[in-house]
Amino acid sequence: MTMKTDDLIRALALDGKSRWRVGNLLTVALIAAVPVSVIAFFVKMGVRPDIATAVYNPFFDFKFVVTMSLALSAVALSLHLSRPEASGRGIVLILAIPVLLLAGAISVEMMMPQTRPWITRLVGNNSRVCLMAIPILSMPFLAAALVALRHGAPSRPVLAGACAGLLSAGLAATLYASHCTDDSPLFVATWYTLATSLVVAIGALAGSRVLRY
Amino acid sequence: MRERDNEWTDLMRSANAGDTAAYHRLLKAVTPVLRAAARRGLVRAGQPVDQSEDVVQDILFAVHLKRHTWDTNAPFAPWLFAIARNKLIDSLRRRGRRIFVNIDDFSDTLPGAAAEETVSATEVSVHLDGLPQRQRDVLQSISVDGVSIKDTAAKLSMTEGAVRVALHRGLTNLANKLRVE
Repeated sequence: MTMKTDDLIRALALDGKSRWRVGNLLTVALIAAVPVSVIAFFVKMGVRPDIATAVYNPFFDFKFVVTMSLALSAVALSLHLSRPEASGRGIVLILAIPVLLLAGAISVEMMMPQTRPWITRLVGNNSRVCLMAIPILSMPFLAAALVALRHGAPSRPVLAGACAGLLSAGLAATLYASHCTDDSPLFVATWYTLATSLVVAIGALAGSRVLRY
Repeated sequence: MRERDNEWTDLMRSANAGDTAAYHRLLKAVTPVLRAAARRGLVRAGQPVDQSEDVVQDILFAVHLKRHTWDTNAPFAPWLFAIARNKLIDSLRRRGRRIFVNIDDFSDTLPGAAAEETVSATEVSVHLDGLPQRQRDVLQSISVDGVSIKDTAAKLSMTEGAVRVALHRGLTNLANKLRVE
């Protein structure tokens, strides 16, 4: 049997099954991934013991502002990149939000009197845990984001995959931040960024394989 | 050109609202333009033009399966040409050739030069034979024989719902087979 293009069009036109929007699917997939990461987090780490007093430290709280703004801006960028005609130009600037927030926090901390030198605050006590925890906790989110973006039509699969990595690292870092006792924005800027870069690289690699349509 | 783009956008909006006839008209309207562009792209890549119908069908599958990524408030043509460009690059890559797609092959200001189908596609036809019997029967009936969903259901003693499901699965399977090839 041969199918002419007109025949194919007739069949396509009658296939009226409505399809999920990428944004809705991304929301559902990420929500489904939350329990996986959260359970892994509480089994292996848990929140820091002094959490009740830590919440009164603005630098502790600010970690969540940075990680959540990273996750949200990466979600926005991912949804943009899931459309075939997306150029990515312009909207990439949305990623400046978490960067500027973090830079602002660093300058505030620099202006305040400190008991420990800046290099000690930067090195911190949890760098190794941080480098392990964020990538591991981000994997369920990354898988969810890739499933959702695969449903889209990204013309730049590597970039879209990297962005999926960014958003999953942002969500994982939000969890990890409640465990980590290093609250200095210098620590966040160094180690969280390094851990995030690793997830971004994994996302880009996965994107080049699974996000082509 | 602008008029044509607006017409396409309106048709796609109606299609999204469930207007099957509008969707059919849209796909018919874009096909000659896609065909002309696919031929230009193949010529530029030094590929035989007789593959253009495979590329066109490949693009139509992608348009269909990714139509939910079109933003209702955006013009339709840029979205369409982005998909088309992507599928042309993809099919040249699958054929293992050097890829050089000129952006002008799929641009917003394509001349409306209509191209008629001269050589029929082969890839989809080959994969049709690999489909489960039921899906193949339904596809054959609806596409090649041009029988309505209702009459196809009666002919194959299926419910209309089952015909719709088989049609959807058959098309999805075909598209997947084209991709992994």
